[in-house]
Amino acid sequence: MQTASAPALKAEARNFNFFYGDVQALKNINMPIHDKKVTALIGPSGCGKSTYLRSFNRMHDLYPGNRYEGEIRFYPDNTNLLAPGVDPIEVRMRVGMVFQKPNPFPKSVFENVAYGLRVRGEKNRRALDDKVEAALKGAAIWDEVKDRLQDLATNLSGGQQQRLCIARALATDPELLLFDEPTSALDPIATGAIEELVHELKQRVTILIVTHNMQQAARVSDYTAYMYLGEMIEFGKTDDIFIKPQDKRTEDYITGRMG
Amino acid sequence: MSSENAGFDPARIRALIARGKLKDALFSALGILCLGIGLLVIFALVADMAVKGAERFNLGFFLNFASRRATQAGILSAWVGSLLVMLVTAMTAVPLGVAAGLYLEEYARRNWITEVIEINITNLAAVPSIVYGLLALGIFVYAFGFGQSILSAGLTLALLILPIVIVATREAIRAIPAMIREGSMAVGATRWQTCRYHIVPYAMPGILTGVIIGLARAIGETAPIITIGALTFIAFLPPVPFSELADGTRAGLFDWVMSPFTVMPIQIFNWTSRPDPAFEVNAAAAGFVLMVMVLTMNAIAIWLRYRLRKNIKW
Repeated sequence: MQTASAPALKAEARNFNFFYGDVQALKNINMPIHDKKVTALIGPSGCGKSTYLRSFNRMHDLYPGNRYEGEIRFYPDNTNLLAPGVDPIEVRMRVGMVFQKPNPFPKSVFENVAYGLRVRGEKNRRALDDKVEAALKGAAIWDEVKDRLQDLATNLSGGQQQRLCIARALATDPELLLFDEPTSALDPIATGAIEELVHELKQRVTILIVTHNMQQAARVSDYTAYMYLGEMIEFGKTDDIFIKPQDKRTEDYITGRMG
Repeated sequence: MSSENAGFDPARIRALIARGKLKDALFSALGILCLGIGLLVIFALVADMAVKGAERFNLGFFLNFASRRATQAGILSAWVGSLLVMLVTAMTAVPLGVAAGLYLEEYARRNWITEVIEINITNLAAVPSIVYGLLALGIFVYAFGFGQSILSAGLTLALLILPIVIVATREAIRAIPAMIREGSMAVGATRWQTCRYHIVPYAMPGILTGVIIGLARAIGETAPIITIGALTFIAFLPPVPFSELADGTRAGLFDWVMSPFTVMPIQIFNWTSRPDPAFEVNAAAAGFVLMVMVLTMNAIAIWLRYRLRKNIKW
């Protein structure tokens, strides 16, 4: 997979397995995540793409009975995110996440974005103001909310809520940003806005996005991985995956014969 | 069967609908009747007490101590005692119950020990209140040496409503969707930060409702208070913090918690057991006041829930 011209890596899964109790949900995954690129995970429902995504910020640690095996290397410091000595909270401070359904807190727009900073102990009002503004601008929602920062975030539209959640994740300058089907609860116009945003964000942050929409993967990603039944079937440049897939199963999926 | 159903027969279908609607009407009449009986009984009780006690409703009734003469006997020490006992109860049961509920929902691992604890909390809610009275008599009154004080009574009732507060807290926490918790943890928050900024504030309407329902139950409790030895005839109030006492010294901030006391249900019980029928009027009037206290607490609970929930949605 690694070629001489490959760009720098942000992360890399090595012999990664994941278990829900006794059930093995992910099998021996090896995959690079290229720095400042968008990598899409596609595959039919239940193939493990969300499970895989949620391993990058150790979300599975919140629930008992889950177990990781193997490594997810994180660069440039070459940390294994899954190592027992690595605190999942430290991992989450470096890896942000945007969820399937917009999940703003029932607090003000400002407090939603400032939350990650408050968690890190930021108390300076000026610093909070500046960073919240920068994050909202980064998520392309500043113009819509700048006059209603103290309004309840839950009163925003679904698309605005999702961009607010992106701002919340951006406020703390994550190195890797995880998107778990971020547009599945949104209408086409809001979806377009999020896709455009993902395209802009890759200038500053590495992005890993799960999507059930192949057109979306083709539109926004530089690399695509096709997963099936907990296995990584094929990984490559998005153009290659969609134009000349190497594996029969990938071809069946992207041509709509399966899934 | 199939031959009967063949083709559309309007008369038959209308007869069928009419039969169904008749049952609808019968059940709704029965429902109204049942509801009416319940409401009527409560209304009759309250109205009866109001009418019987009417001649006692004046300022003096609220500002007088108990007396041997029915017309001069009031509920001052009883309502002050009830409020102070409730204060101790709330100050004890709320932090304990909320912390316990929070721990069970957010921190405890799911295993057989927590299962046993959960089952027992549900059981505790069903323990007869007199049993709490016996427990409190042994522990608070004698072992801890708190005596027959407001503190003993408040702690006893706190034990009584603790399961209610814990269950209300847990239910309120469970109503918070997992995505809110995940959203908080995903930015790098610890469990405690998640609880402090999100779980507790969002659960607060439900917790407060549970607390007030618990207090409304506690304010009417008689058996455990009698067991720990509340007096039935009290002609003084607990010392006000920093006020001058009879011996010339000043009362401390918390001296009142060690004071002997009486509460509303005990005062009512005392009056109904007197041979002089004139005291029945006092009992009716005091019963009405107690009823108003409970209904007011419930009204506050409903209002608070409405106010606080307005801004919490997912």
